Amino acid sequence: MALKIVKGSIDRMFDKNLQDLVRGIRNHKEDEAKYISTCIDEIKQELKQDNIAVKANAVCKLTYLQMLGYDVSWAAFNIVEVMSSSKFTYKRIGYLAASQCFHESTDVIMLTTNQIRKDLSSPNQYDTGVALTGLSCFVTPDLARDLANDIMTLMSHTKPYIRKKAVLIMYKVFLKYPESLRPAFPRLKEKLEDPDPGVQSAAVNVICELARRNPKNYLSLAPLFFKLMTSSTNNWVLIKIIKLFGALTPLEPRLGKKLIEPLTNLIHSTSAMSLLYECVNTVYIDVNTPPLPSLSLSLCLYLSLPPQLCVQKLRILIEDSDQNLKYLGLLAMSKILKTHPKSVQSHKDLILQCLDDKDESIRLRALDLLYGMVSKKNLMEIVKKLMLHVDKAEGTTYRDELLTKIIDICSQSNYQYITNFEWYISILVELTRLEGTRHGHLIASQMLDVAIRVKAIRGFAVAQMATLLDNAHLLTGNMQRMGICEVLYAAAWICGEFSEHLENPMQTLEAMLRPKVATLPGHIQAVYVQNAAKLFATVLKSQEGNTDSTAAQETSQLMIDRLPLFVQSANLEVQERASCILQLVKYIQKLQQKDVEVAEEVSALFAGELNPVAPKAQKKVPVPEGLDLDSWINEPPSESESEDEQPKAIFAKEEPKHSRPRREEVDEKELAKRREARKQEQANNPFYIKASPSSQKVYQEAPGVEHIPVVQIDLSVPLKVPGLPMSDQYVKLEEERRQKERAEKKKKEKKKRKEKRSGRGKKHDSGPESEEDITPAHQVDIVTEEMPEKSSKHKKKKQKKEKEEKEKKKKKKHHHHHHHSDGGGEEAVQNGTVEEEEPLLTSLKNKSSTYQVVVSVIFENKCDSFLKSMEFNVLDSLNSKLQRPEGSGPHDGLTVPFQLPPGVSNEARFVFTVQSIIMPQKLKGTLTFIVKDSSTHEKLDFKLHFTCTSYLITTPCYSDAFAKLLESGDLKCSSVRLEGVNMPFHHLLARICFHHHFSVVERIDSCASMYSRSIQGHHVCLLVKVTVSIDAKCDEPTLLGNVLDEIKQTFSQC
Amino acid sequence: MIKFMLMVNRQGQTRLSRYYTPVELSRRAVLEADVVRCCLTRKKDQCSFVEYKDFKLIYRQYAALYIVVGVTDSENELSVYELVHNFVEVLDKYFSRVVSLDIMFNLDRVHIILDEMIQNGHIVETNKSRVLAPLTALDKMADS
Repeated sequence: MALKIVKGSIDRMFDKNLQDLVRGIRNHKEDEAKYISTCIDEIKQELKQDNIAVKANAVCKLTYLQMLGYDVSWAAFNIVEVMSSSKFTYKRIGYLAASQCFHESTDVIMLTTNQIRKDLSSPNQYDTGVALTGLSCFVTPDLARDLANDIMTLMSHTKPYIRKKAVLIMYKVFLKYPESLRPAFPRLKEKLEDPDPGVQSAAVNVICELARRNPKNYLSLAPLFFKLMTSSTNNWVLIKIIKLFGALTPLEPRLGKKLIEPLTNLIHSTSAMSLLYECVNTVYIDVNTPPLPSLSLSLCLYLSLPPQLCVQKLRILIEDSDQNLKYLGLLAMSKILKTHPKSVQSHKDLILQCLDDKDESIRLRALDLLYGMVSKKNLMEIVKKLMLHVDKAEGTTYRDELLTKIIDICSQSNYQYITNFEWYISILVELTRLEGTRHGHLIASQMLDVAIRVKAIRGFAVAQMATLLDNAHLLTGNMQRMGICEVLYAAAWICGEFSEHLENPMQTLEAMLRPKVATLPGHIQAVYVQNAAKLFATVLKSQEGNTDSTAAQETSQLMIDRLPLFVQSANLEVQERASCILQLVKYIQKLQQKDVEVAEEVSALFAGELNPVAPKAQKKVPVPEGLDLDSWINEPPSESESEDEQPKAIFAKEEPKHSRPRREEVDEKELAKRREARKQEQANNPFYIKASPSSQKVYQEAPGVEHIPVVQIDLSVPLKVPGLPMSDQYVKLEEERRQKERAEKKKKEKKKRKEKRSGRGKKHDSGPESEEDITPAHQVDIVTEEMPEKSSKHKKKKQKKEKEEKEKKKKKKHHHHHHHSDGGGEEAVQNGTVEEEEPLLTSLKNKSSTYQVVVSVIFENKCDSFLKSMEFNVLDSLNSKLQRPEGSGPHDGLTVPFQLPPGVSNEARFVFTVQSIIMPQKLKGTLTFIVKDSSTHEKLDFKLHFTCTSYLITTPCYSDAFAKLLESGDLKCSSVRLEGVNMPFHHLLARICFHHHFSVVERIDSCASMYSRSIQGHHVCLLVKVTVSIDAKCDEPTLLGNVLDEIKQTFSQC
Repeated sequence: MIKFMLMVNRQGQTRLSRYYTPVELSRRAVLEADVVRCCLTRKKDQCSFVEYKDFKLIYRQYAALYIVVGVTDSENELSVYELVHNFVEVLDKYFSRVVSLDIMFNLDRVHIILDEMIQNGHIVETNKSRVLAPLTALDKMADS
């Protein structure tokens, strides 16, 4: 036995441990898989040994391999063995492995129940802890049921660590074994007030998660959580609680009222962005979203400025340079957009900016937002911007996203925001130039939809589509562009269907019959063939009118020449249509050769206008007389017999025979009964589209298909645009049109107002935005029941007026201001004797590294005369020179740009160039001026004192940087004693800081280190002691000496 | 809630993985590779949140090591973002200037730390000393 143990431990010495395994894998980069398979073999050997230490080591390595993606489920039993080791270090490895590898369907788990129970009740708290942690990963419903009681007792354990773990694992137990929730809940609730913060936050966590699943049951805890919210300082816990309230508030609107204050406080005060985001996100958004819109509305009323506050805060997030905040801001904004579109719309500029962002995810979020922000006014502008992005965009996914967004934005709610469809068609055509997009079919369906529904646009659309067909080779040039060739489907159909609008149908016909077409996908070829026939009919019609009949025959010949290509097509649809049409054309040709006029008959093949039909139009068609929808057309099969009759039919075979004659003699009563029954059934069938009785009645009196509402449109813009259009030009056109319209409207408005003053019957307030005033240039055939209402025009007028008034006021103020100052100038004419003027050296500022010093001088007129034509001049020294404007001599003065009435002071700035700053400078200067009335030149001498201190800039410095600086040894030392200074130390320091531009680096009791830097980058370090001695170091001794002298002087003055 | 937490190096090799919702082993490799590709291809000036299938990825880069967390939609992105940093700070404190080798060699310890901070897929502890308390106690126990 002893030998065995010794042998085991010797073996162990040569075993690989985890570190060796990791290293080994790193060293075998080329044949990693092979190396690992040998390792696994070794591990298998190790697991066969009795020594638990070896086993634990092996399991530890397995855990690592499992992470790398190797299947280790074969070792499950060994893991259980290691879990049950009495030594904690091994047990821990076992539990870790179990938590990584086990899942609900691992069958060895049922072997662990007793082991886990033993560990849970272990006197060692870490045994318990590790068991709890592990359990949270692999708990099964069985384990949860068996161990629920044990864990529940642990919730009141003396050790907070265990209490916390137990509370947390309870959550998993509740999920797996819901019956445990009821008995455990009171204890869980207690833990919300546990003295240990860790346990408390664990309880908050668990209850919040439970409550979010089923908020109704947790309303009673609201006061408790409210208390926690106002007292907790842990942001993570606060986030949980706010999430919880987000779930509770819809159920208890009164909560919202209570929450306003603490939440608004949090929003205003928190520095944690995550918390702020949660506040904004959860409460304002989750609560405001359906299914409880009425509640959300009342909540909005409670929160006096909620959406605005929210959106403002979000704006701050979006404007932040941190991309993460930007992203989240946009994300939250899009949620608010759903409930408060208005408050978001005002930030359009910001959203548009985000489209330029470097980050694709941010751009996508911004795109989402744009969808909800468009209006008639800004649609063109926004789409124009998006089109620019389409051109710039790299990567097809983003470009595709842009494309779909553009189409989504334009087509939303029946093209509500499009005022000019020519523009839209041009946009669609421009989009076809995209390379590699997958959304050709989307563009195609839009083209079809618009061309069919907007009658006025057909001419324009056909012209565009013909160009597309002509240039089809560009679209189908390479394989990358296959997605976009779907557009040709729409182009061919539109050209064929509305061929009467074609400028040159012959050319288009030829384009459609090019051999290249055969390379297109089958369904597109089919449309080509069919529509070539339509075009053919149109061409024939125009050519037969002419006297020359050969042209018509040539056209037929063209068809006969080209169609066989399609007859050979592998696609059935193409083949079928082509051969059918080919035969038709051959027949036509035969007739043509006999000089028979066929054009009329051929075009009759495709006659008939295609009108858009509303989804509910069918019910508006009156039932023709004599048609009884309730009588059977065919006898219903026997299945339709009511179900309880069926068994009879099975048992009695003769029954069907009898039933038939009986049905034939059904009388009126029976019919009525059945009708009733069917109506009943229809009423109960949710999939049956019911007719609303009212609408039926209305249309019953006016029979005829003509009553399907179709909007008539007249077109104001000339249609012909040569070549492919540029959508941009429409933006301009649209502007002009709108301006015109506005002008017209104003005129009308005036008239109307006069007329209408007496009776203002109707008040439309459904369309709240003034933009409704923009009438579309073309209208979509929106065949829904209601037409969009034109909104109140009074409103807009009012707004405008207000604006005007405001502007006027502003001007007035402005004017007033001017006037005042002018008057002031005139007022102050008074005779005086002598004047006094004091130039004050206020501050020296360095502008940049060129050592420019700006001196601001305050001129104060202390006499009672008016001073004018002031000139400021300084005698330059070698070192310091006054900067004069170009072209003036070195001794010329500078004109002071103002005059001084008596008692008034004003400031002027002068720029000096300074070469060396290590010495103080005194510059002599003169100021000349004229006293009004006396009109003589007066002169005032002054001196400008440039101290060394004034070249210092207060620069903060960290103590470690300061220490490094002192250690560097580059600095020269000097010291000074200040005699007779008795002021508190901190006053002394403050004085040095204030007068000499130092900052305190560190203060330790009786001494302080201070630092400043000159504009030329000299470091100045001081060590000030309470005995009022200053040790100083600087890399420029002269500068240091002068600074110290100046400090000394400062203190000698007091 | 948090679905998983991954630590991967720049080559895309997993250094640590923890799943809070069961994912089959065969699918893990695919998921990890995909997730890592998503995050590694992003530039520094892009935001740290990626929409991935029906959930979100939140990632942070520390030298050559990426930490990627997959969360459901209801999770607060920023709080997880902060948690990741908090986690790294805890590792840094425990290993005193953590490097990625520390994590590989002491995988079990890192797991203990992680288990203290995240449980059932939820953030449960963020206080550094409370997170490290059990681990330091264990180390003491192992030494004696």
